[in-house]
Amino acid sequence: MLDRIDRARKTIEEACESIGRQITVMEVCGTHTVSIFRSGIRSLLPERLKLLSGPGCPVCVTDQGYIDAVMQLADRDDCLIATYGDMIRVPGSDGSLETRAVRGNVRVVLSSEDALQLACENPDKAVVFIAVGFETTTPATAVVVKEAAAQGIQNFFVLSGHKLVLPAMRALLGGMNDRIDAFLCPGHVSVIIGSGAFAEIVANYGRPCVVAGFEPVQIVEALAEICRQLAAGKAELKSLYGAVVTEKGNLAAQRIIEECFDPVDGYWRGLGKIAKSTLALKEQYRRFDAFQRFGVEDGPGRENPGCRCGEVLCGLIEPIECPLFASRCTPQTPIGPCMVSSEGTCSAWFKYGRRR
Amino acid sequence: MCLAIPARIVELDQDKAVVDAMGNRWKAKTTLLPEVKLGDIVLVHAGFAICLVDEEEAKKTWELFAEIEDYENTQNKISG
Ligand code: SF4
Repeated sequence: MLDRIDRARKTIEEACESIGRQITVMEVCGTHTVSIFRSGIRSLLPERLKLLSGPGCPVCVTDQGYIDAVMQLADRDDCLIATYGDMIRVPGSDGSLETRAVRGNVRVVLSSEDALQLACENPDKAVVFIAVGFETTTPATAVVVKEAAAQGIQNFFVLSGHKLVLPAMRALLGGMNDRIDAFLCPGHVSVIIGSGAFAEIVANYGRPCVVAGFEPVQIVEALAEICRQLAAGKAELKSLYGAVVTEKGNLAAQRIIEECFDPVDGYWRGLGKIAKSTLALKEQYRRFDAFQRFGVEDGPGRENPGCRCGEVLCGLIEPIECPLFASRCTPQTPIGPCMVSSEGTCSAWFKYGRRR
Repeated sequence: MCLAIPARIVELDQDKAVVDAMGNRWKAKTTLLPEVKLGDIVLVHAGFAICLVDEEEAKKTWELFAEIEDYENTQNKISG
């Protein structure tokens, strides 16, 4: 393993030397961010190679408008909120789900199935599933929407904040961040959409895209592959995660997403409104749509004052450039989602940044 | 949220499975992977099997998780 790392390191060093300028690689997966920090990969890299964390943490990219819609529903007596644990502490404009949990109508679930189950057990409540996440989590939501329809369940609703990874990458390259030279592409999202999905980024924007898993060795090798391409003036699509990712992805999962959702224009924290980037329930499943049922909206929300998560998510600043970082904002007293989520960039910097 | 864990299918009834990773067992659905069989190792994400993995790959991930657990003394992090 060590010789693999050594070899990759050597490739990176030689390539950076020959390129002769700063290279910026963005990872768009929160688990990569954490793995990179935890394993100390950054300390192995030459100064010239800069790693940026992008919009890869689903909790973090969820817009404040959506979070506030969740809070509105949590304040209703007729609603029972079913949410993945990561969302609990995300601060809205006025408190978080955690501060509301004392009222007893917020439940943490480990899967969408649990949320549907909750609806069956609580027929007198409207159970609202807080459905966030990228392509990895979306099919799980789609499955239960279909089940709820088949079983005729009346009190189950979905607040879909599901997002697509590719439109965000396009938005970044289309002018929001022109420093990005290449992408380290997400492993598990690729399991669903297939490594081939990134071919358009390579073709249309001329940026190398390399899919990798979460093993530190593989991440370093992916960086070496990226540097090698950049030094050769090439942009190619490569997957090092062949043990898990196929070119076409999980077709059954893709099919069920398509059956239940339509891509619509949606808001992202930091990236703003992106065309066809968010998934809304299809017409035939509208009766499960919590936005429609309760008249709440996913609009552009007001960021918490002083929080610069938006810029962090676009890779425009590093967390330490935020004046609140590690002073007023810590994992115990988070001001923005990037510090709350275990996959958030600010949280990773806080926990591991000092081990650099 | 992107956390996915390789686990072996130890019980299977239609699309309802019980999976095992390092001695931890929990329920998962195989709706998105209709071809799985008992004994297969799958990557489980938010309660759903999303792809097959081989033994070697699974072992690597299990070892990685064991290390992380050591390091962090287990954060509450299985969400989806
Ligand atoms: S350090 Fe805190 S306040 Fe600053 S950008 Fe990160 S989450 Fe927001």
